[in-house]
Amino acid sequence: MERPLLLDVADLQTRFHTPEGTVYAVNGISYRLHEGETLAMVGESGCGKSVSMMSILGLIPIPPGEIVSGTARYRDRDLLRMSEEELEQVRGKEIAMIFQDPMTSLNPVLTVGKQITEMLQKHMGMKPAEAADRAVQLLEWVGIPDARRRLADYPHQFSGGMRQRVMIAMQLACTPSILIADEPTTALDVTIQAQIMDLVIRLREEVGMAMIWITHNLGVVAGLAERVMVMYAGFIVEEANVDDLFQDPRHPYTIALLAALPRVDRRRDRRLKSIPGAPPSLLVKPRGCPFAPRCEFVIARCQSEMPPLELIAPRHKIACWVDVLRGGSR
Amino acid sequence: MSDTTEALSAIPQFAADELEAPPLSLRQLAWRRFRRHKMALFGAVMLALLFVYCFGGALWVSEDYANYTDTKARLQAPSVSHPFGTDTVGRDILARTIYGGQISLIIGLTAMLVELVIGVLIGALSGYYGGWLDSILMRFTEAVFVIPQLFLLIVMAKFFGGKVPNLTLLGRTFSGSVVVVILIIGATSWVYLARIVRAEFISLKEREFILAARAIGTPARQIIFGHILPNSIAPIIVSATLSVAAAILSESYISFLGMGVQAPTATWGNMLEGAMNYIEEAPWFWIFPGTLIVLTVLSINFLGDGLRDALDPRSRVV
Repeated sequence: MERPLLLDVADLQTRFHTPEGTVYAVNGISYRLHEGETLAMVGESGCGKSVSMMSILGLIPIPPGEIVSGTARYRDRDLLRMSEEELEQVRGKEIAMIFQDPMTSLNPVLTVGKQITEMLQKHMGMKPAEAADRAVQLLEWVGIPDARRRLADYPHQFSGGMRQRVMIAMQLACTPSILIADEPTTALDVTIQAQIMDLVIRLREEVGMAMIWITHNLGVVAGLAERVMVMYAGFIVEEANVDDLFQDPRHPYTIALLAALPRVDRRRDRRLKSIPGAPPSLLVKPRGCPFAPRCEFVIARCQSEMPPLELIAPRHKIACWVDVLRGGSR
Repeated sequence: MSDTTEALSAIPQFAADELEAPPLSLRQLAWRRFRRHKMALFGAVMLALLFVYCFGGALWVSEDYANYTDTKARLQAPSVSHPFGTDTVGRDILARTIYGGQISLIIGLTAMLVELVIGVLIGALSGYYGGWLDSILMRFTEAVFVIPQLFLLIVMAKFFGGKVPNLTLLGRTFSGSVVVVILIIGATSWVYLARIVRAEFISLKEREFILAARAIGTPARQIIFGHILPNSIAPIIVSATLSVAAAILSESYISFLGMGVQAPTATWGNMLEGAMNYIEEAPWFWIFPGTLIVLTVLSINFLGDGLRDALDPRSRVV
């Protein structure tokens, strides 16, 4: 059953021109998001996950940033070619984004009520009183008790988990069709993380929106996503349905990542495997596969040519020259 | 095991609400810090008294009396009928300090508003947008900055003096020269404020909550004035307070040089101008307006100091 296509990103390349040189942050990634689908984007810090998302919403500071090429078609319109005014209509209303750290993503000098009602007034054309009533509903919906009184409170009067709930209420106020969640639970402690995850999953069902969940936590991915993209040094190296990815990973990086993950269903006396080396500097223009220096399957071709992201099984793509099952070239 | 349970049950149980005092709001915290600053409190009280003097005093003496010349009573020392003495043409100095004070304070406050509008606008646009707009605005700011303010004031006062007609506001006629002085003081003093605001904007625009505001489609104008400006309000308040004092002083300079507010409208500054030739003969002539200027400027500076301490989020003394 194929759901209608919502977002089609093709060959997105984002670079930053810094005094130290050009940073190759995103190097031509392509993916599709269908209606109601949840896509997870996994990778270590600095691999271009957030930058790729911020690029399609026009949130990259230009300069120093530059979107070198690519298209991001959302309902037949290219987000990358939109003017700032058009993007303002899309952001929050059609595509919303929640950020990592709830402690810093609310304006400290404006009341929570002001921050929610402002966007309702802008996007939904509500009157102030109407917007306030809606804000109360939204806060109750995300589980904030005594919501009407709390509208007059400032962000510092809320705890971290509560603030993330406020952020979520704000982002979902206009029932967007896509929610981009940029590691929304990373800054929270584990029990609050679980609560926020449950909340987002519940709201996803109620709103029926598609979601892109950025994380470096594979455990989160397993319980949440339908499809997973693994990113490394600005490339997508593997894309698969979540079950396939966990049971049958085909890219050496994904295999290494999963081997490094502690699992309850594995023997405890075995040591976790670590990946030797460090992620490559993004200041160097990529030549060949960026994972080659750390890869245990590496062959000569990896050093000179970047493998394309190719379909190797139904709905399973990898970018690798090697067949990890047989060893040697594919 | 049961011992521990018993011991625990002996401890009185409180709900969270009973243990915690209600949290202080940002304003309450600021007020607490301000109150600890004794000089600032002194400044605030002093300033309030000066306002009462200038605007309350007007209920007892009329402006006509302040401008009434009595050639028979020239340069009289303080007495019962003229508590502060009289000037060269026999005008009552007490009445003139009252009306002069009004003009001086009004000039201080309105020049500050002019400065605020120009400085905040230039600083905000420059800091938020950066790039070529920032370059142009900052080069312009620097150009104004390198010319000594007093020099600019004198040139502009000379150039615009007498070109603005008198203005009637709230039943009073203000000499056109008052408006000129307000505008030129405002137009020459915004550079510091513009730089402060620009620096604030440059640092605040990179904060995550601004990114979050943009991510929900908040338009640039709303981000600048609705989201970033309220965050930089503390340094702006402090700077604006201090610039009221600076504007009162600037007005004294140019009025003292005879290029500011023209007689018969009194200001503390142009009262000093007349006193210049009688420094030893008639000290009352300059002592009273001079003392009032010093008191006002000092009080405002103390107040500004206190506000800086109270509003600075980094000073966590409570």
